[in-house]
Amino acid sequence: MCQVGEDYREPVPKDPPPPPRPGHEQQKCMKWCVKCKKGAPVLVIRAGDAFCRDCFKAYYVHKFRAVLGKNRLIFPGEKVLLAWSGGPSSSSMLWQVLEGLSRESAKQLRFVPGVVYVDEGAACGRNPEDRAETLAEVQSILRSTGLPWHGVALEEVFGLPQSVLRHFSQEPAMGDGAYKEAVDGFIQQQQGLGTEGARDSPSLSPGLEQLSWPSPHNPQSPARPHTAAETEALSRLFNSVRTLTAKEELLQTLRTHLILHVARTHGYSKVMTGDSCTRLAIKLLTNLALGRGAFLAWDTGFADERHGDVVVVRPMREHMLKEVAFYNHLFAIPTVLTPAIDTKAPEKASIHRLMEAFVLQLQAQFPSTVSTVYRTSEKLVKAPRAGRAASPSRPCCLLCLCMLDVDSADSATAFGAQSTTALSLRQAPALQTQAKEPTVPCCSPGLCEDRGCCRGARPSEREDLQACVIEQLCYSCRVNMKDLGPGHAGDPGVSD
Amino acid sequence: MPAPPCASCHAARAALRRPRSGQALCGACFCAAFEAEVLHTVLAGRLLPPGAVVAVGASGGKDSTVLAHVLRELAPRLGVSLRLVAVDEGIGGYRDAALAAVRRQAARWELPLTVVAYADLFGGWTMDAVARSTAGSGRSRACCTFCGVLRRRALEEGARLVGATHIVTGHNADDMAETVLMNFLRGDTGRLARGGGLGSPGEGGALPRCRPLQLASQKEVVLYAHFRRLDYFSEECVYAPEAFRGHARDLLKRLEVVRPSVVLDLVHSAERLALAPAAQPARPRACTCCRALASRPLCQACTLLDGLDRGRPRLAIGKGRRGLDEEAPRAGAQPPPSAALPAF
Repeated sequence: MCQVGEDYREPVPKDPPPPPRPGHEQQKCMKWCVKCKKGAPVLVIRAGDAFCRDCFKAYYVHKFRAVLGKNRLIFPGEKVLLAWSGGPSSSSMLWQVLEGLSRESAKQLRFVPGVVYVDEGAACGRNPEDRAETLAEVQSILRSTGLPWHGVALEEVFGLPQSVLRHFSQEPAMGDGAYKEAVDGFIQQQQGLGTEGARDSPSLSPGLEQLSWPSPHNPQSPARPHTAAETEALSRLFNSVRTLTAKEELLQTLRTHLILHVARTHGYSKVMTGDSCTRLAIKLLTNLALGRGAFLAWDTGFADERHGDVVVVRPMREHMLKEVAFYNHLFAIPTVLTPAIDTKAPEKASIHRLMEAFVLQLQAQFPSTVSTVYRTSEKLVKAPRAGRAASPSRPCCLLCLCMLDVDSADSATAFGAQSTTALSLRQAPALQTQAKEPTVPCCSPGLCEDRGCCRGARPSEREDLQACVIEQLCYSCRVNMKDLGPGHAGDPGVSD
Repeated sequence: MPAPPCASCHAARAALRRPRSGQALCGACFCAAFEAEVLHTVLAGRLLPPGAVVAVGASGGKDSTVLAHVLRELAPRLGVSLRLVAVDEGIGGYRDAALAAVRRQAARWELPLTVVAYADLFGGWTMDAVARSTAGSGRSRACCTFCGVLRRRALEEGARLVGATHIVTGHNADDMAETVLMNFLRGDTGRLARGGGLGSPGEGGALPRCRPLQLASQKEVVLYAHFRRLDYFSEECVYAPEAFRGHARDLLKRLEVVRPSVVLDLVHSAERLALAPAAQPARPRACTCCRALASRPLCQACTLLDGLDRGRPRLAIGKGRRGLDEEAPRAGAQPPPSAALPAF
């Protein structure tokens, strides 16, 4: 197409000679690390910066500490639960915390960590032998860390109490002054108590009254044995979901609730997840496509306080996946790789897979894609869009606990457009609805126990119940519910 | 196997299934439903008050053709009068054929048509000239950046020429979905903050704009044009393959295969985005050069044209802004001589 060199009437204007391309300079400097200029570089990250091993380690560790320090959310002595999946990012996070706790580190990390591992084998359809094998590996790694750890199986989600879905009122946010005071107080205590604060079970200073201490807990609690019936029920639940997108969302919701439950029972007030920058950029675009534009700040921000008493924190959010992978390789971080629900699924199987493929492909072509999306995500705020009537106590979604973002009054919106067509659909003659009524299998026994609804309920009752539950969901949870099989009127423990 | 009867009139055989709901409808009922939904959008959003003189941005393509047709059907009920405004960007081999289609439509519908050309409005700069000017730096030409900004200025000018009170464009739901994806990928927080509604109310003297087709998906627009046998121009712009929007469009098409409702889900997300106040665009004021709406001392159109005149076309794009405060145009590349610039 019209490129320079073709014949035109007027001459193409001459641009001033372009500045010497940075590539040339860099190629000369590739021999040395860009930071210390002495060491031999072992990897190239960011926009072509070569780092030697020690400088890379310092850079990596500094980023981790900086994210924690900048946000000032984790108070000294606080109990923090690390959600470890065995994957590279969470393993890296776990090891960063371990190294930070050791007394040799420059500024010792001051919180009290525990680890939780969720066995999702039933949802992924793994057989019991493979699951036992993985569990053994997990146990050996977690024992070597010396931290208190909790292993739970996803089947335990059936035993969750109803209170899990209730929205807890949020604690008053502590100001900056309180943080500084807490840190100073903690330092004084440590100095007063002498050489207290051993690595594996940090003794708890009694002076900090604002945090509640639980009774002394077991250093490790392996998964409570789950029955085969529960495993069966769980796999039936997941098999009844029609699309992989809805399966992944369901798995995420169940996993989150389970981890929060563990945190609450054992007195943890924060949960750390190992989402890296790349994963969060993919998650942001995925959630955009799922209709969660209103909640992006909660889903991808540093702190997620929608659950009230327990805050989910993402300290790895500035580390790119490439850096994590290299760090794990260079410093031999142990990981346990287990097949996930979408392993080996084709690209078009779910929105999550599609977005991941797209972002990684675009990143190869435009290397600043992930960091651009990340920077945009930092500008999102946790509020309803400016200009809308924001009532302080809006109802929350039953499944994801975010403020409802559907407004039946305003019909000149995407939601309005879809509900008007649905309305016209329902007004079609009875013949149509009866033809559309699917044969309804009875839902898994453990699922709706608390409601006692679906056993023996007539189809019309079930539909009413379903409509009732859908009213309490946000836009994206409603779309996901459409993909759930008939008869699943809600999660376990739904309270009306 | 014969098609099921239409779900609405139960008389004719169904001719299609609506992508949105899976409902089987015959051609006539589908068109009626489509028109009813557009009417509902306009009324519920209070987009076009009675007595408005509406300038329809007509490009000859499927969206603006459907828009003009539907608004013409609805005009008596809404109490508005229509004018067609077409913009000639000066893209050889593309725009001339499209304009021929617009002229045919104007004749058939008996609507007044006004054509505004870049060459007249912007000192002789046609899109082809812009493309030649930005070519050769080894980077992408960003033709769509220039064309989009200049076209909006041209549309505003054309609307003023015909005495319109509102401007409507044929953007559909797929366009809005692609826009939000693209803006996130490019990190354009200003546009993310501004977009998402059904249009802009028209601040600081600019005409209010809206997009009545915003909640209709592209498939339905094409089907409507098919059933009403509308004559439109269906080739893509010669510069389209270079655009970044192509990535977003490709992604959207793939997403639609996985989950058909993703288009409206993205529009819903775009409506509900909450950006920090610091990321919001500045309060609009008048451009010092042409008195149009601007968020900086110079509006984007004037800035781009200034850069082109100086022979530094990338002046207003991205990091080229550093040169903006330099002196007035030197004897750099000048556009080909043309008729005198009209006073804005």
